[in-house]
Amino acid sequence: MNVTTLAMPERTAPHKTSIHIRRLSSAFGVFITGLCASAAALAMLIILFYVAVQGSQALNVGFFTHLPRPVGIDGGGVANGIVGSAITVGIATLIATPVGVLIGIFLALFARGALAESVRFLADVLSGIPSIAIGLFAYALLVAPLHHFSAISAAFAFAVLMMPIIIRTSESAIASVPRTIREGALALGLSSYRATMHVIIPAARPAIITGVLLGIARITGETAPLLFTAFGSEFWELNPKNPMAELALQVFNYAISPYDSWHRQAWGGALILIVAVFALNLIARAILLPRRQR
Amino acid sequence: MILSLRKRAERAHRNDRVFLGIVYGSAGTFVLLILALLVQLILGSWQSIRTFGFAFLWTSQWNPVTSQFGALPLIFGTVVSSFIAILLAGIVGILAAAFLSDFAPREIARPLSFIIELLAAVPSVVYGLWGLFVLAPLMRVAIGPFLQHVLGWSPLFSGPIYGVGLLTAGIILALMILPTVTAISRDVIAAIPQDLREASMALGATKWETMRRVVLPAAKTGIFGALILALGRAVGETIAATMVIGNRPEIAASLFAPSYTLASVIANEFTEATTDVYLSALLELGLLLFIVSFIINALARLMMWTVFRGR
Repeated sequence: MNVTTLAMPERTAPHKTSIHIRRLSSAFGVFITGLCASAAALAMLIILFYVAVQGSQALNVGFFTHLPRPVGIDGGGVANGIVGSAITVGIATLIATPVGVLIGIFLALFARGALAESVRFLADVLSGIPSIAIGLFAYALLVAPLHHFSAISAAFAFAVLMMPIIIRTSESAIASVPRTIREGALALGLSSYRATMHVIIPAARPAIITGVLLGIARITGETAPLLFTAFGSEFWELNPKNPMAELALQVFNYAISPYDSWHRQAWGGALILIVAVFALNLIARAILLPRRQR
Repeated sequence: MILSLRKRAERAHRNDRVFLGIVYGSAGTFVLLILALLVQLILGSWQSIRTFGFAFLWTSQWNPVTSQFGALPLIFGTVVSSFIAILLAGIVGILAAAFLSDFAPREIARPLSFIIELLAAVPSVVYGLWGLFVLAPLMRVAIGPFLQHVLGWSPLFSGPIYGVGLLTAGIILALMILPTVTAISRDVIAAIPQDLREASMALGATKWETMRRVVLPAAKTGIFGALILALGRAVGETIAATMVIGNRPEIAASLFAPSYTLASVIANEFTEATTDVYLSALLELGLLLFIVSFIINALARLMMWTVFRGR
């Protein structure tokens, strides 16, 4: 970076103020920044604490194995929501991973010119588009024409949501494989296809898997697009062409209901969601650790 | 049987062409997908665009019963709640970033950064749940009355305190965007050349003076980019805002008053929209959100690109 970009301070150091006061105010300033950082971390811990305490009161075996039950009947669970979420997220991952990795290959190895620049730009921008807008897109594309809510449409919205993460992480994963490895493979007479799929991708695999896991973490717990795609269900529904129960949606609906017993269910569901998302994030980071230490 | 070299080369060439076709095809499909997203939203909101025109943006009636749809109260709620969020998260986040990059010893900075970044992983619905059952009651019995006691002379803090409302939503949104502001600002500040700090310290400036007069001014563009990126998140945030903002399409001066955002109207009313024009108006809100967040993110990307270009 260019040193001349630095603007000179408008005033020189305030020489009228004694050094003691300046030292003191410096210590105070540093203290305030530390306070802000601690406050931010503390907020995280407080939220975690509430979810853990409130959520653990709702958890029991029935919570994981039973269907939701009406108000006033104890022992209802969110089994269908857990399974529904797993199915929806699974389908989304199956759609987004191959496409995302292929686009990552394109950006890292073949990209030239306007198409590459626009793909990169759009991937960045897409990651900031509100999930509810993407839910509306899935609705307009897959729900409205068929007049039928479905887990497929939710999976499509999820796939679009996780795509930017997979694209950018697999791009940088593939780009960080040394050029010489690719050149060596090509020089040995391997076709471009084989060099990519059998040499470069295996070398980049851990980082790509990290990207996919982060993508899954991004959509697990995502609620807004589900409202008008998967819609939710009170029953066991395993056919992705039909409306399906989703854990995040159950948490939302239980939370805004007027019943205390349902609020407890909401906290329980929230605990499951947060544990799942944190676990995904931790595994994703752990995969990259041994690489970095090398 | 061993194929002749020539046949193998031909086969490899054919495979490569198919492979390249698939690779370029996926990239092209991706661009088409975003275009389709825009086209679908425009098509869906066409009826509303035709009916209300640009007046949609500054009419303050949102009344499904009379089929009057004006987005002004929703735009108001979105802008004010996002502004509160940016204000709070901006101050705390930038200062925290300064601490994490320059002042804190490594052993403290790393775990703190890790915990703060976990905030980004918490699902939106969990923030909403916490906001609804912990923050909102606290706002009603403690924070709200206190603010009213101190600042009650201002219309911003007057009126009844429901617990849910603009301020509560702003605080929840601030928590949600805090990790974005902190992490990016920290990286931007850490990318400022060490020479500048050393020069400033050598001239006799204290740590704090160096941060405030040398490092932060040099990091201005990147930090601004981080704030814009965070703004994009706050504007489009749906579920958490829906749960704590009170969901009433009115414009009130008080920050304690319930309000509504673009995204939360869609979340609440979409499946209940009975008429075509209602559905179309909701889709137009989605289109609005899409365009606004597209511009915000494009802008943020441009700024980040300016900052990290050299690396």
